[in-house]
Amino acid sequence: MASVLILFAHPALEKSRTNRILMGACQSVASVTSVTINDLYQEYPDFDIDVDREQQLLLDHEYIILHHPFYWYSSPAMVKQWEDLVLEHGWAYGREGNALVGKKIFNVITTGGPQRAYDEAGLNRFTVRQFLAPFDQTAHLCKMIYLPPFVVHGTHRLTEEEMHQYARQYKSLLTLLTTDQLDVEDARNRQYLNELLVD
Amino acid sequence: MNQSVLIQAIIYLASGVLFVPIAKRLGLGSVLGYLLAGVAIGPAVLGLVGDEGQDIMHFAEFGVIIMLFLVGLELEPERLWKLRVPVLGLGGLQVLLTALLTGGLALVAGLPWQPALALGMILSMSSTAIVLQTLNEKGLMQTAAGQNTFAVLLFQDIAVIPILAIMPLLATYPVAESTDHHAHFSLTDGLPGWLRPFVVVGAVLGLVLIGRYVMGTVFRIIARTGLREVFIATALLMVASIAVLMEMVGLSPALGAFVAGVVLANSEYKHELESDIDPFKGLLLGLFFISVGAAINFDLIRENPLLVIGLVVGIMAVKGLVLGLLGKVFGLQTDQNLLFALGLCQVGEFAFVLFSFASQNGILAQEVVDLMTAVVAISMGVTPLVFLANEKLLLPRLGTKEKASKEQDHIEEHNAVIVAGFGRYGNIVGRFLRANNIGATVLDFDSDRVDTLRKLGMKVYYGDASRYDLLKSAGADKARLMIIALDSPEKVLELVETAKKHFPNLKLLVRAADREDAYELLDAGITHVYRETLDSSLRMGVDAMTLLGFRAYQSQRAARLFRKHDEQNMAELAAVRHDRKQYFSSARQRIRDLEELLSSDTNDRWLKDVEDGWDPESLRNEVRQMKP
Repeated sequence: MASVLILFAHPALEKSRTNRILMGACQSVASVTSVTINDLYQEYPDFDIDVDREQQLLLDHEYIILHHPFYWYSSPAMVKQWEDLVLEHGWAYGREGNALVGKKIFNVITTGGPQRAYDEAGLNRFTVRQFLAPFDQTAHLCKMIYLPPFVVHGTHRLTEEEMHQYARQYKSLLTLLTTDQLDVEDARNRQYLNELLVD
Repeated sequence: MNQSVLIQAIIYLASGVLFVPIAKRLGLGSVLGYLLAGVAIGPAVLGLVGDEGQDIMHFAEFGVIIMLFLVGLELEPERLWKLRVPVLGLGGLQVLLTALLTGGLALVAGLPWQPALALGMILSMSSTAIVLQTLNEKGLMQTAAGQNTFAVLLFQDIAVIPILAIMPLLATYPVAESTDHHAHFSLTDGLPGWLRPFVVVGAVLGLVLIGRYVMGTVFRIIARTGLREVFIATALLMVASIAVLMEMVGLSPALGAFVAGVVLANSEYKHELESDIDPFKGLLLGLFFISVGAAINFDLIRENPLLVIGLVVGIMAVKGLVLGLLGKVFGLQTDQNLLFALGLCQVGEFAFVLFSFASQNGILAQEVVDLMTAVVAISMGVTPLVFLANEKLLLPRLGTKEKASKEQDHIEEHNAVIVAGFGRYGNIVGRFLRANNIGATVLDFDSDRVDTLRKLGMKVYYGDASRYDLLKSAGADKARLMIIALDSPEKVLELVETAKKHFPNLKLLVRAADREDAYELLDAGITHVYRETLDSSLRMGVDAMTLLGFRAYQSQRAARLFRKHDEQNMAELAAVRHDRKQYFSSARQRIRDLEELLSSDTNDRWLKDVEDGWDPESLRNEVRQMKP
């Protein structure tokens, strides 16, 4: 049974309907399986990240999920702070840095724009995958396997029912991971992890 | 004489102490326990009390008056206004229909119309004492049934006034020469008829005005003396005076007490009054129930068992049907309606008063009064059994459990947070919570401050927060957090102890004056301890560092590190400080640690890590080792 660490970062969860529903789904999975939720803004409201704790959590888990809204085509500041402090040279990367070798990491993001806006011809001019290049490369430098993101598009217009549908997909994704049913090679070739999930 | 009073007291107290816990244990409720105690010491069984039972009942009616005062205290004027439809509609129709129906039946039974009508009006009354006490005990006051029950009882209390006014007109027998032993001085007797209503209205108006504008000041002055017993005495004196005043103008004393309660419901002394008077209410009501039990005339039942039982069952059935019908019309759910109709179907204690009035005024014959008094007492006696039967037999069959469905528009005074102490520290916490729309019930022991804050429109209550009863009435059993910011460290510890003992679910956030104080609190098992000077002195330290030219972010991180370290160190020292010697050595050690920690960033892994992530040193070294 593979273990999953969800690094969740939202500075104003009270204002995000979608993420509240998604987190609700995570919590229901976490209570019965080997999923750990690490709510970064709740844990470190003053940005003083406990590096020891974070590194231990990374060591303890097989899959790492960075779950956050897609602020300015990237993540909220906390995720950056977390990367800066936790992924130390000599531990996560560098000649001696082999702590994370082979672990799988990917982003779960929520964004207001629809998928067609993330296109060369669209408003945002680049695809989500292109915007995520820094995460991809960070994972690569840390000798981790970077997987495609699970993306919730068009959150501004989602109906309650659609949000719950995304939440169900997220839940079944987590179940795929914990029950070792994800074909990593197949997954790597997808655009989004969403493609692997029905419903 | 003295001794006989004491012996009487022993008889009553002992019977209550004996029977009530047993009844409670058996799930019968305290009211039935008291009634059984009364039956046991009454003429029917042990015969320990005799005729004086009536006098005691009269005295114990003061308990009913106090209860109505407390009910009023719970009922702010806005809430009372919201109840106007059930009070006037439901209550009014209940009294009217029941009076007409039972009166009609009495007419059929052969009574002339005047006594029949009087009987009908008397029998329409229900027992405020038994019903409210039982509903409170079962925690059903806030249900739809509870609220409507209360509305009906309130209307009945008001209806006593016109009933007393109409009754003399129904006299058919020659009036007995002043047999009233309780004859009291009346303000209205000597006045011409047209003036009486003015006196009555004037008295009520005076009551409201005095309650509104004078009692606050009186309580404040008394509170400032810090003598609790004088405060209690003042409260009892006030209720007793109201009762006497109301009787003097011919109003129901219970109603007067209720009005006074409503007037004081918004006062800062509400909770203090509640918790101070409550024990008296309990004791006197108990006494009242015992005397009702003792007054049940078993001889009469023995002589005419069928007639008495038939009357009890018949009257309760008629009342219950009228109530049930009205409950249905007013939209009560079936389970709520059962509770409502069965709860109110007895005849109440007002009937005793009205019966004696009716016999003195030659309206009802003495035989009728004797018989009906027994019937009323029995109907009150079986009420707890009816409640029990409804709960255990009827409701389970209905499938729907009586749940405490809160009235949607009912304003609850139960906030999630209680702030104990609203001085220089507590007021900041309180204001902060308020600014974020988090309701807090504030308790403070400084009457001047309470007064000022009330003038500013805040809900602040006067009282010693370390007392269990005050905490209870401030809603400590329903709140989630309590902010403790009292000035006196002894009081704080006392409050912590009380809260931990009686309200284990309440999270405690406690302000400590200094380190020594904080140790005591940590010893008492408090995890959320706040030294009042720590944060502001650290903020000053941050500003000092920044002004000296350190980067602002660095100074701030240093301060947070310092605080974290300091709190860890305090928790450790709290554990070892009982050994003085160890304390000193350990404290010295800690100071040395801290100096090291702050002077070099190599001691604490936490600090080092932070620096590491942003420190390119190790990366630089690796790159330099590589070949260009």
